[in-house]
Amino acid sequence: MKKVGVLALQGDFEAHQKALQRAGAEVVLVRTAEQLESVNGLVIPGGESTTMLKLLDAEGLTEPLRRFGRHKPIFGTCAGAILVAAKVVNPEQESLGLVDIEVERNAYGRQLDSHVTRLHAAAPLDGDIEAVFIRAPVILHVGPGVRVLATHRDHPVLVEQGRHLVATFHPELTTDASLHKLFLDKVGNGNR
Amino acid sequence: MHLDETFRIKVGLAEMLKGGVIMDVTNAEQAAIAEKAGAAAVMALERVPADIRKEGGVARMAPISKIREIMQTVSIPVMAKARIGHFMEARILESLKVDYIDESEVLTPADEEHHIDKRAFKVPFVCGARNLGEALRRIGEGAAMIRTKGEAGSGNIVEAVRHMRTIQKEMKQLTVLGREELMAEAKKHQAPYELVEYVAEHGKLPVPNFSAGGIATPADAALVMQLGAEAVFVGSGIFKSSDPEARAKAIVKAATYFNDPAKLLEASEELGLAMPGLDVSKLAESELLQTRGW
Repeated sequence: MKKVGVLALQGDFEAHQKALQRAGAEVVLVRTAEQLESVNGLVIPGGESTTMLKLLDAEGLTEPLRRFGRHKPIFGTCAGAILVAAKVVNPEQESLGLVDIEVERNAYGRQLDSHVTRLHAAAPLDGDIEAVFIRAPVILHVGPGVRVLATHRDHPVLVEQGRHLVATFHPELTTDASLHKLFLDKVGNGNR
Repeated sequence: MHLDETFRIKVGLAEMLKGGVIMDVTNAEQAAIAEKAGAAAVMALERVPADIRKEGGVARMAPISKIREIMQTVSIPVMAKARIGHFMEARILESLKVDYIDESEVLTPADEEHHIDKRAFKVPFVCGARNLGEALRRIGEGAAMIRTKGEAGSGNIVEAVRHMRTIQKEMKQLTVLGREELMAEAKKHQAPYELVEYVAEHGKLPVPNFSAGGIATPADAALVMQLGAEAVFVGSGIFKSSDPEARAKAIVKAATYFNDPAKLLEASEELGLAMPGLDVSKLAESELLQTRGW
């Protein structure tokens, strides 16, 4: 069974934990560097990116997380997408710089502009997925190494770069585990 | 269960706030301090509960200029309080596009019989509760988040503990009952039958359950999280203490590491004085805020 972590500093980490378990993984809630070292892939959940950044910084987890991302897969959703980005605007803030995307926070507006929609995702998913956008960010630009898997209102919302996967929406808030399965396909068994 | 799309989006934002701290602020400066300390959201209000308690008078929705100024200052969600039953304050807050409305017992109730019909709104609502019946009535009306009431502005955790324990215990009790017993339970709790059925089946509320009212220290935050709170609201506890910035940061850390005593010790080191507290058992019935709500 693949062992993956969910960054559990703040946000809907339990929803991700359940989705990953449904997809067949063993899940560790990650709050320390030791816990991070014990897993072969990591989900950074939705929540408040500023809160997570403060805690990462205060707990000395920023560098360990950057190092982790250089060798192992990360799946960032919503706030997680903001954290892994190369550049963040509205307002400008720190990020891990693991995926070559520029992200604008709260780009659809406030909570009243949150919405649910159905999207078509390209191969390997090649099918429709339900996408829940909650005060979601928008991906403004993607670098050359980034593959766009789905778009919504003319912006990429699901992208991959090598081992990493990024969604600006919340697959963990649906009953469809296909994106979590796609992520688990990227995760090794830890025998390296 | 009315799990339609609108309700899912309302609950969705509450999901995002889990493990976080929602801090009461009365102006942009406090909001900036809260955000910098790692608050997951801020709650805009006219006066913090400790001042409402001291100064008395009618407590209303905060001035629009203040709420707007707070919304322009921070990038995290901004909530604002409306009076119980005051659906026009709520309509104004919705037009202002606040992210969540707290139909709150901390403000002076506008209606002593009815709460707001929260399903009629697109903006999500959080409501206070002291027991399961109250929580399920509010959810029945459309609340997408529940917070136990505690006793706001008291700096005393005892009521928050009582309310969280009560709700957890009442939920556990439902899970062991037979189906034929649930209607009598619905009658006893004065709660909608479908919601009683949901709790009996899942052992939890259909919406996130946070804690409020009396949290003044990192240890207080960790205590209510241990008892089942999924996030915490801190009202007077931060800006009525001697060290708002450090305390806000420490409570944020405690909400994340509520199960790690070594980290809680770190969070509790070098803090100044907590807000002054009140012995809730010595308060007159008329001074209690938690009894507001029906």
